[in-house]
Amino acid sequence: RLKQKKKMNHVTLKMNYSAEQEFPDLSKHNNHMAKVLTPDMYAGLRDKQTPSGFTLDDVIQTGVDNPGHPFIMTVGCVAGDEETYDVFKDLLDPVIEDRHGGYKPTDKHKTDLNSDNLQGGDDLDPNYVLSSRVRTGRSIRGFCLPPHCSRGERRGIENLSIEALSSLDGDLKGKYYALRNMTDEEQQQLIDDHFLFDKPVSPLLLASGMARDWPDARGIWHNDNKTFLVWVNEEDHLRVISMQKGGNMREVFTRFCEGLTKIEGLFKEKGHEFMWNEHLGYVLTCPSNLGTGLRAGVHVKLPNLSKHESFGEVLKRLRLQKRGTGGVDTAAVGGVFDISNADRLGFSEVELVQMVVDGVQLLVDMEKRLEGGQSISDLMPEQK
Amino acid sequence: MPFGNTHNNFKMNYKVEEEFPELSKHNNHMAKVLTKDMYAKLRDKQTPTGFTVDDVIQTGVDNPGHPFIMTVGCVAGDEESYDVFKDLFDPVISDRHGGYKPSDKHKTDLNFENLKGGDDLDPNYVLSSRVRTGRSIKGYALPPHNSRGERRAVEKLSVEALNSLDGEFKGKYYPLKSMTDAEQEQLIADHFLFDKPVSPLLLAAGMARDWPDARGIWHNENKTFLVWVNEEDHLRVISMQKGGNMKEVFKRFCVGLQRIEEIFKKHNHGFMWNEHLGYILTCPSNLGTGLRGGVHVKLPKLSTHAKFEEILTRLRLQKRGTGGVDTASVGGVFDISNADRIGSSEVDQVQCVVDGVKLMVEMEKKLEKGEAIDSMIPAQK
Repeated sequence: RLKQKKKMNHVTLKMNYSAEQEFPDLSKHNNHMAKVLTPDMYAGLRDKQTPSGFTLDDVIQTGVDNPGHPFIMTVGCVAGDEETYDVFKDLLDPVIEDRHGGYKPTDKHKTDLNSDNLQGGDDLDPNYVLSSRVRTGRSIRGFCLPPHCSRGERRGIENLSIEALSSLDGDLKGKYYALRNMTDEEQQQLIDDHFLFDKPVSPLLLASGMARDWPDARGIWHNDNKTFLVWVNEEDHLRVISMQKGGNMREVFTRFCEGLTKIEGLFKEKGHEFMWNEHLGYVLTCPSNLGTGLRAGVHVKLPNLSKHESFGEVLKRLRLQKRGTGGVDTAAVGGVFDISNADRLGFSEVELVQMVVDGVQLLVDMEKRLEGGQSISDLMPEQK
Repeated sequence: MPFGNTHNNFKMNYKVEEEFPELSKHNNHMAKVLTKDMYAKLRDKQTPTGFTVDDVIQTGVDNPGHPFIMTVGCVAGDEESYDVFKDLFDPVISDRHGGYKPSDKHKTDLNFENLKGGDDLDPNYVLSSRVRTGRSIKGYALPPHNSRGERRAVEKLSVEALNSLDGEFKGKYYPLKSMTDAEQEQLIADHFLFDKPVSPLLLAAGMARDWPDARGIWHNENKTFLVWVNEEDHLRVISMQKGGNMKEVFKRFCVGLQRIEEIFKKHNHGFMWNEHLGYILTCPSNLGTGLRGGVHVKLPKLSTHAKFEEILTRLRLQKRGTGGVDTASVGGVFDISNADRIGSSEVDQVQCVVDGVKLMVEMEKKLEKGEAIDSMIPAQK
């Protein structure tokens, strides 16, 4: 076969085999990609690549290598660049629809980062709400995404990010800590602050190639007040996090919006936008983070409510999800849960944070009722 | 392909300095050898199947070093890798294989009759004997790079070839993905089962993709001849048994290998081999014979002697723990095997093991009696 005159590359080599011979065995799999990918779809897409060379097999490798997760329905596919969502729309559109509650290829996504539009949110009871946090991701247009970027691209992103972040001032003035030459003291401090991210160990991430060349061009930036944090080149180009103790989600969200908007302006000054379009909103590596990419959440004490038989149903109706306090993949400790918005796409940032604010307020009210031995049936919400 | 990056079309938009990996904390053969100039020259090349220099080196970039062993830090994706990227592989091979030069020729000798002795290692000390090698099937990309279609084709051909073996070689194939619990238990108890690699050295090279698709274990009914399909190489062939009769182990090894090779040749897919590198395998450390012939041997006294390491070096042997590479010894029992792979034949290497282990057992016995071993210390082979 290697004696063929046609010059082969990693795509054409595989075309020597039929689609059946190349189609992955997904019989034991339970992720969005495996639910959606058919042999016909594979046959139609397998000879395509994006302008930067990302292929269908690149998109699905993580889902092939990771059949399923015990707690969560994983996505099982990633994007390598902005064009992935277009070149492989036959696969990604149904994945997006399945993951994001029926979001259609014709739907439009609304972006709203005006924190003035949030109502309330400054008075969640700090006896119950221990901390508040909002995070999102951003991708820099013109660079490939973490599964596919070269070292040169990744370093380019890091340089741009450091330049942009170092010109922030006031409440946002801060410092960048590159992973690869962090001192032991700096590392310990970042661990104590719960800021440090480490080389991914999750096979979901490793299989997609985003840990290549670790820790080259990865780092953490945070402001002096330790309330605004940016991760560079982890699962996305940028992860932006605003956080503080207590229940003042409004303040957290205001800082989040202001910081993000400033950063976006600084990148634009250097001729680089964020990846965004009116259908998918902000374009990120994992299809689950499209739209707002936003997860707004609190750590909240709900020891009684969490044992109530309606807990799951209440969360569902409020469009919220629970996690353990270690984040995704962890269990709750001491009745303290991480409660955040379940949606990402099809709702704006303000709408999602509003759901968290209103929903958590209700959950805390329910918890207080149950503490007092009272019923919560009259508090049951409608499906939002 | 291990991962998408390696065929990223935008890399050439960046200068060599911007793309060159950060190797300052690294200690592996690739990192010792790769220079910016070399990277500049190789970075726009690819093999006919599309393997690039970034594919070759990714595992070495991602894994700076190993506490016990000097890792290689680069892999081949196909037969042509060793040629297209010879500027990198030749010095790595020279460094790893004791100065082996690009102009050197490698000798293959799988005639077990050329082995002298080897049937009388003392079973009170030598608990088991084993010979393994790898083989790559011509016309298919190697485990870091092959597609599912290729890997399945290698499996199909291998199963056909192995199922046609008879006599002492008659056996059965157990695909990893459809193994019953009972079969799995038995293979674990026999110490035959291989699992999805966990070593970051292997994972970073992409050879665990699509696990466990098209991977499997074949063994004969006597459980003395075993073939791993699509693990770190297309085939790993193992002959083993309890006790010290290395001669018998090696005979079975040679006969079995040659029978398998005949069948592959009939299908126009012989083994990858050339007169410079011998058998072509995924890791440059396994070029030549790809052979590791070894024993599990009790050397509680000798292993604590000041000259143990020196003796091993002179005998051209290496020690490992009884769990294999990356493990420590338990209860004074060591895995002793040949250190060389290329530049000497299969017979040469197994002879080193046979002669060397014989000597070490005699030394152990002397030390047991409280006698000195200085007069027995060998010259450098």
